[in-house]
Amino acid sequence: MNGVHDLGGTDGLGPVIVEDDEPVWHAEWEKAAFALFATNFRAGLFNVDMFRHGIEQMHPAHYLLSPYYEHWMHTAEHYAVKAGVIDPAELDAKTKYYLDHPDEPLPDRTDPDLLAFVDAAVRGGAPARRESDEAPAFQVGDRVTVTQDSPREHTRKARYIRGKTGVIENAHGTFIYPDSAGNGRGDDPKHVYTVKFTNAELWGPDNAEPNGVVYFDVWEPYLVPATGAAT
Amino acid sequence: MTRTEITPSPEVAAPRSEAEIAARMKALEALMIDKGIMTTEAVDRLAEIYENEVGPQLGAAVVAKAWTDPAFKQRLLADATEACATMGIGGLQGEDMVAVENTDTVHNVVVCTLCSCYPWPVLGLPPNWYKQPAYRSRIVREPRTMLREEFGYDVPESVEIRVWDSSAELRYMVLPARPAGTEDTSEAELAELVTRDAMIGVAPVRA
Repeated sequence: MNGVHDLGGTDGLGPVIVEDDEPVWHAEWEKAAFALFATNFRAGLFNVDMFRHGIEQMHPAHYLLSPYYEHWMHTAEHYAVKAGVIDPAELDAKTKYYLDHPDEPLPDRTDPDLLAFVDAAVRGGAPARRESDEAPAFQVGDRVTVTQDSPREHTRKARYIRGKTGVIENAHGTFIYPDSAGNGRGDDPKHVYTVKFTNAELWGPDNAEPNGVVYFDVWEPYLVPATGAAT
Repeated sequence: MTRTEITPSPEVAAPRSEAEIAARMKALEALMIDKGIMTTEAVDRLAEIYENEVGPQLGAAVVAKAWTDPAFKQRLLADATEACATMGIGGLQGEDMVAVENTDTVHNVVVCTLCSCYPWPVLGLPPNWYKQPAYRSRIVREPRTMLREEFGYDVPESVEIRVWDSSAELRYMVLPARPAGTEDTSEAELAELVTRDAMIGVAPVRA
């Protein structure tokens, strides 16, 4: 989708605010928002691509102005409601209750299996690499162009690379395809390549910084063979 | 063609107060606990892991080893996931890692323009600035200017800047240049010099 999250090349978003000695957590609630990614993934409420897509569906103004982990809270809420696991009215009522009674404790429950899962997930990861019999359509050194079309659903084909031509720098094998999995369909593994774009190709010769390139990782369906001479 | 649903209400677009966010998160957590999906102990354990166990000190150890062990460096640049695994480093959001080397003629910098992808096993969780729109929007468009203006890091015009946009499931870390005058510095002391920012590519390593 052509969402606000697709920020590459957007101008005017202000200075970078670097905090000295930044803590891992800025508030207690951030810890719970962070944990939602692992716990709700385990519960089968989303995969990582759907998790991203839930964030992309925030209102653009809210997306830009809210603290980062509120994005995670938003997407977890989005899928929990969608799956019927929580009722939005109940969430609103409980929110009001905790707003009025911030010191009220959370329900007490222990779950040794969940605790073991957390440690195993951090250590073992959740690989996105998937086997596929599909032969790669491109190889390192090929000149390729990113297709221009604008999917309305989840995609990782950022706007700033659409229609641009580059050279394949690396071929990585097959991975889960976010344009499928992120939209609630199957893994549908596709080949992933790193494509090198010159700054001039991305921003035009008059606006590009000299002596620079951008590498962008793409799934094979985003690409077609380049036509015409190299620039 | 499916259309995605954008949260429609303008009132939702108004940022919530910190107290409102905290209350909403607590309410969501309470419901998740009731549904058997979450526990407070799982929240605490995850927070503890990224506070005390997994952080940039791990990436710094990898860099220091690469500076002092040429065979390891070669291995790291060929397959960072495998090389890090030999040091017991790896896992979530680092299932497929790539290390890119800074030299006299090349400077690398890492971003995720679409969300906040970052190599957790070697760098821990990203700082806020890495996830904010200002960095993600601009570093691909004018990295040299941005490094100078926002990070006080002047990369000479003669050095090519390579920006790595972590748009798929590969996770990039920068292998910074070893600072001059550290020939006699031990691996452990070298690791102390390596910062998170140097491994993102927004700062040099200074002796």
